[in-house]
Amino acid sequence: MNKLISIEEAVSKIKDGDTIMVGGFLANGSPEKLIDALVASGVKDLTLICNDTGFVDKGVGKMVVAKQFKKIMASHIGTNRETGNQMNSGETEVILVPQGTLAEQIRAAGSGLGGVLTQTGLGTKVEEGKEKVVVDGKEYLLEKPLRADVALIYGTKVDKFGNIYYSGSTQNFNVLMATAADLVIVGAEEVVEIGELDPNYVRTSGIFVHYVVEEGL
Amino acid sequence: MMDKEQTQNFIARRTAQELKNGDLVNLGIGLPTKVSNFVPENIEVVFQSENGFVGLGPEPEECDIDSHIVNAGGMPSCILPGGTFFDSATSFGIIRGGHLDATVLGALQVDEKGNIANYMIPGKMVPGMGGAMDLLSGAKKVIVAMEHTARGNPKILSECNLPLTAVSAVDLIITEMCVIEVTDKGLVMTEINPEYTVEEVQAATGATLIIAEDLKEMK
Repeated sequence: MNKLISIEEAVSKIKDGDTIMVGGFLANGSPEKLIDALVASGVKDLTLICNDTGFVDKGVGKMVVAKQFKKIMASHIGTNRETGNQMNSGETEVILVPQGTLAEQIRAAGSGLGGVLTQTGLGTKVEEGKEKVVVDGKEYLLEKPLRADVALIYGTKVDKFGNIYYSGSTQNFNVLMATAADLVIVGAEEVVEIGELDPNYVRTSGIFVHYVVEEGL
Repeated sequence: MMDKEQTQNFIARRTAQELKNGDLVNLGIGLPTKVSNFVPENIEVVFQSENGFVGLGPEPEECDIDSHIVNAGGMPSCILPGGTFFDSATSFGIIRGGHLDATVLGALQVDEKGNIANYMIPGKMVPGMGGAMDLLSGAKKVIVAMEHTARGNPKILSECNLPLTAVSAVDLIITEMCVIEVTDKGLVMTEINPEYTVEEVQAATGATLIIAEDLKEMK
């Protein structure tokens, strides 16, 4: 099964108002060319789920500058002044989520769990409005699963079925987001034929992936 | 008097002495990152990078740059032999799951109950918590390494007034003036930099310090 499509076709699948997940950690392991194409498309009123908002000129931060988000869920926004500006002016709603909690919420959604219990955030603003659960005398916050309409992820070497090999520290949220969206598009640095990747080194199975786009280096 | 860099190196050097052979350690961004430069030569410590690996290498200029590897500050980085890459869920499973021996973080404020504020100043600066809340709730030992005051104002207080990053989380505070243990009785100063008197340290602190009976010189 060949899932390779053009960047233009991939981007056309994202509609105004969609919730999107974008892989990467400070733009390391983000699908940079898919992001560029989304900026060019002008799609708007999106909700973003991402570890951080990258930089004004790198990663998903370019879409923040283009004002394409009405809501952002992230663990860190400090490297992109535009996110802070839009939050302070009220243009964009920003919800800060502890990084480990964000990862688990996405993992829970992708693996059929009703949520996760964590002690992270107890006694802080993060616990506001959330249910607390006591297990064996210890208190936890109930954090609910987090899904998206579309996940835009990155792969270093991807075969045409969507099997992904990640190099270095690029796995980060990509592995999790691949499991937690209705539509999963991977931007590949290199696309290879099916059978070329050693299954021992495939970190994300192609069964999670709907479309593959060749980004190049 | 030490300049800013000397001050930070002094704090980092003292903090590194807290690490033990075989420890898995996560260093925060900024001053805490410098701790890796002062690990005693007779011990081996493995550093974790929250974005997804253990075996974080030395400063980037000392290693071969691979564009696929960055540290938790997003800077090009490298991995040492024996290191491992993984995804963010595994990385934070390590942090929360009792596998991390120590974390070293900076702070805006710390108080005598071990509460810490280090992720936002409402209306001014809101960078977000990143991995800090998970590190504070999960690491076996939490060390705050920071300058004792900010523009002359105390950062060690009887009670934090900024939004908390975690409650009762801090075990040890290391500054250029002293070393403080957070105990049930309050803040116990166990070491003092001989450049300062106890009175000077107390004057720069917004909480009452308990002076350890065997108060030592900070080295």
